[in-house]
Amino acid sequence: MSESTNALAHQFDDLEQQARSNTLGMWAFLATEVLFFGGLFTAYVVYRHAFPEAFAVGSKHMDVVAGTVNTAVLIASSLMMALAVQSAQLGLRRPLIMFLLLTMTLGAVFLGIKAWEYHHKYVENLVPGVNFVWEGPLRNQVQMLFLLYFIMTGTHALHMVIGICLLTYLVLGARRGRFSREYFFPVEIIGLYWHFVDLVWIFLFPLLYLIGLHL
Amino acid sequence: MRFLPPTASTGAESVDSLYYFLVALTFLFTGGIFLSVTYFAIRYRRRDPRECPRPVHGSALLESAWIAIPFVIVMFIFGWGAKVYYDLSVPPTDALQLYVIGKQWMWKAQHPDGQREINELHVPLGRPVRIVMTSQDVIHSFYIPAFRVKRDVVPGSYTTMWFTPTKVGRFHLFCAEYCGTEHSGMIGWVTVMEPTDFERWLSGAGAEGSMAATGEKLFQRLGCAGCHRSDAPGRCPPMTGVFGSSVVLANGQTVIADEQYVRESILNPKAKIVAGYQPVMPSYQGQVSEDQLLSLIAYIRSLAAPGTTEAGTAVQPQAAPPAPQPRRSRVSEGPTTITQPERRQRK
Amino acid sequence: MSPIVTELPKIHYLNAAYGLKSWLLTTDHKRIAILYLITVTLYFFLGGFFALLVRLELMTPASDLLRPETYNRMFTMHGIVMIFFFLIPAIPAIIGNFVIPMMLGARDLAFPRLNLLSWYLFMAGGLFTLYVVVIGGVDTGWTFYVPYSSVYSNSYVVATGLGVFITGFSSILTGLNFVVTTHTMRAPGLTWGRLPLFMWSLYATSLVQILGTPVLAIAVALVGIERIWRVGIFDPSLGGDPILYQHLFWFYSHPAVYIMVLPAFGVVSELVQTFSRKRIFGYKFVAGASIGIAVYGFLVWGHHMFTTRQSVYAGLIFSFLSYFIAVPSGIKVFNWTATLYKGSVSYQTPMLYTFGFIGLFTIGGLTGLFLAAMGLDLHVHDTYFVVAHFHYIMVGGTVMAYLGAIHYYWPKMTGRLYPDAWGRFAALLVFVGFNLTFFPQFLAGYLGMPRRYAAYPEEFHLLNVMSTAGASVLAVGYLVPLIYLLWSLRHAPLAGPNPWGARGLEWQTPSPPPTFNFEKTPIVTDETYEYSLEEEEVV
Repeated sequence: MSESTNALAHQFDDLEQQARSNTLGMWAFLATEVLFFGGLFTAYVVYRHAFPEAFAVGSKHMDVVAGTVNTAVLIASSLMMALAVQSAQLGLRRPLIMFLLLTMTLGAVFLGIKAWEYHHKYVENLVPGVNFVWEGPLRNQVQMLFLLYFIMTGTHALHMVIGICLLTYLVLGARRGRFSREYFFPVEIIGLYWHFVDLVWIFLFPLLYLIGLHL
Repeated sequence: MRFLPPTASTGAESVDSLYYFLVALTFLFTGGIFLSVTYFAIRYRRRDPRECPRPVHGSALLESAWIAIPFVIVMFIFGWGAKVYYDLSVPPTDALQLYVIGKQWMWKAQHPDGQREINELHVPLGRPVRIVMTSQDVIHSFYIPAFRVKRDVVPGSYTTMWFTPTKVGRFHLFCAEYCGTEHSGMIGWVTVMEPTDFERWLSGAGAEGSMAATGEKLFQRLGCAGCHRSDAPGRCPPMTGVFGSSVVLANGQTVIADEQYVRESILNPKAKIVAGYQPVMPSYQGQVSEDQLLSLIAYIRSLAAPGTTEAGTAVQPQAAPPAPQPRRSRVSEGPTTITQPERRQRK
Repeated sequence: MSPIVTELPKIHYLNAAYGLKSWLLTTDHKRIAILYLITVTLYFFLGGFFALLVRLELMTPASDLLRPETYNRMFTMHGIVMIFFFLIPAIPAIIGNFVIPMMLGARDLAFPRLNLLSWYLFMAGGLFTLYVVVIGGVDTGWTFYVPYSSVYSNSYVVATGLGVFITGFSSILTGLNFVVTTHTMRAPGLTWGRLPLFMWSLYATSLVQILGTPVLAIAVALVGIERIWRVGIFDPSLGGDPILYQHLFWFYSHPAVYIMVLPAFGVVSELVQTFSRKRIFGYKFVAGASIGIAVYGFLVWGHHMFTTRQSVYAGLIFSFLSYFIAVPSGIKVFNWTATLYKGSVSYQTPMLYTFGFIGLFTIGGLTGLFLAAMGLDLHVHDTYFVVAHFHYIMVGGTVMAYLGAIHYYWPKMTGRLYPDAWGRFAALLVFVGFNLTFFPQFLAGYLGMPRRYAAYPEEFHLLNVMSTAGASVLAVGYLVPLIYLLWSLRHAPLAGPNPWGARGLEWQTPSPPPTFNFEKTPIVTDETYEYSLEEEEVV
């Protein structure tokens, strides 16, 4: 990702090679991310298989409304991101900045709702390792669900924060007029990242929030 | 200098045969590669710094040969290794049942008649022995080189191993999985005895009542007997004949009632509900020690065989069991307090 | 052969800029390679120091030199330093960084600044680990098995885990950089079918780094979370499953073995051609075997767990798949041997390491067959047999190849040769010392000596004495090259662009190369390794 005023970095022959390299680099990085979350999803599958009832009971304590709203917010932010990429491809500076800011705002809304949810869990004494209290049966097993909930959504939220930082970088670049019809791949690959992070949530939402509704 | 540990079990010989085969194979291939490299290196050494040999680009025939031949060889080894493993994993049904608990840093063993040992294990010659093992803390691994057997001992679940000793003597017992500071001190001895000596040893080892008897007392004390009644089956499934049978669960699955299943049913009863019953049993997590769990399992196991003495029937206490006593199935009801064995173990 | 060289090129990557800043902020792949060379060498000798203490302790059966708690820290630190800070970065980050862009005819890697970031991450992870060494060490074994690591250990597990976690990202980014570079930075005419074999093996390595390392990262992170907050992800007393950790750990750590050894395959493929002056026998098979090993490497992790409560059937599948790995490994050894046939074999230092590699890797690989045989594994698992096996692969294989590569590329890196007689002497010393150290461990292992024992019964004594004696020879063998290579920096004769008469674009540019490697982008018109053609056709 070039920061130099001259968009072409010294190691490349032309912009096309540079864009191709950067896009491939992002895809390779996303492959790493898939495996990173894959470890967590494996843990989830193993424990859900081992403690189906506890997971069903525990998931009733998830805030389905907040989760649904957040899902909608993220999907909307993905749409904004796609529009931003399109604006960049067409070389439209103002729409690009606007859509990037919208994407960021929706991302921030998501994080706000997430923080509110975390706060609720804290008030309800459902944070493992901090104040987990569970009177009913299967305490350890329910705790496992909440543990996975916090680790998985926490890792996801961390990715969202990183995404917002990257978007800020794009907005600053766009304001300085760095992107053009020829040079827009930074917007495109950060867009890829943003869509990936949204996609992770699309898996997290049903796995964590919705199982209790069906058991 | 020795190159092999003593060969003292039936499994040891089959492991050694595979080992000899692989050693021979290793020498054959390493020798072949070594000779070819040496020969080529000398025969085709650089004589003139400017020489430039003609290129040889490869040979499909040779490539297929050294793909196909090693493949056949390794598949053969796979089959052989799997066979040996399978035989070492599936114990005969008439095996003598022993229980081992690993903890940092000692091995605690218990015989069905209640005799306890630490870092020692006495077993009779020529009889299959099956060991059910668990750990109180970290992962250990129970390893007897002379028998060529090793199994990890995992906290929270049971693993099993079996062997049939073929030699009288004392053999090393090691912990093979790194378990902390005194890992290398977690060693002991396995003593293989003639069957008559073994019976004599058993009677002299000062048991406090068989494990099944201890388990039965626990079964009463913890209140299990109030529900799991064999005379009036009601809220809970009776325990008679359960062990070793297959159980149909409420979700339609079928499981074999083995040690792991009984353990889980005590500690986490909601996990696998027997078909036709309500999930009413509370968890005993934290209320029973690993020792007590094994006693309960020994008790429930003793109820498995048909014709087993029913719980509650008074039988002679077994402080000094006569030699030809059948190993499982006798249950005693004596006035001994239940906490006794536990206190001993804490020392 | 190249003509006698009387002076270095006027401007090259080493003198293009001066000062500490020009090194610490460099984006030149060659300078970053030198940074790695210096730091990785330090870690190598640090890890070797721990190994020496371990071997000294094991000279006598009782634990007398070190107390068990110290001994446990020593073997743990030896494992962690050697695996994460030497074996994994050694060939990719030093040799790979240095030669990949040149092999491809590129000016630099695709992401030079990412490359520098990798080095800084490596340093950050390494400093955490050094910090742990200073404040008291870690005693879990490099495997961090739970629940010992997460609940019971009284050592600095979290700090070490953080070090490994950060270094893991360094490894991921390096792999990512290489993959992209291989795809997009090849010179015109350099098709996939013409790639040097070192590129093929590093490409395969990089795939494993990208796909395996994140799983280790998450596994180590979960151990840290469990330890810090006392929650039960893996702890069985809180409902967790300690075997799940082992699955996650070995899902990375088995492929990690290939991260360490695949680059060595690439090095040997290069050396065996250069020093027999002949194109490799069966190029496509050797290249394909690298990819095959990388792919199969992901399917066999369960063979580390035959003795756990993994089911018999899972074990059967893992054992079956493990034997598949034997085939591509065999292909490589047979093809290297066949390359010598009708070649022009010279016995210069790098080639001696190559001979050593072929022999020791063959033994290491074949003893892997013992361990994958499930029934036999029940006996030899977690004994010195395993220790000997992986040291034959890692030290007999990777370290031999690494030393071969350093001697091979030293003239390219520094512009100077080194005293070849000393080089050959050191190679011989390493070979003898290595075998004396590790062969007795096979015997000790089958005799039943468990690994990670500070004290052991009397019957293993003689074998351990032999092993310790060998280790001291090995230590000398590693120190000798350090001395003469440093000496050569000032005093050795100049090398010229291509002292070995080797093929490949990296030998077409001056030694040391200029900052952007080539004056103009080379165009490749021939198949790779055409030794029969005259020398000057590329560039």
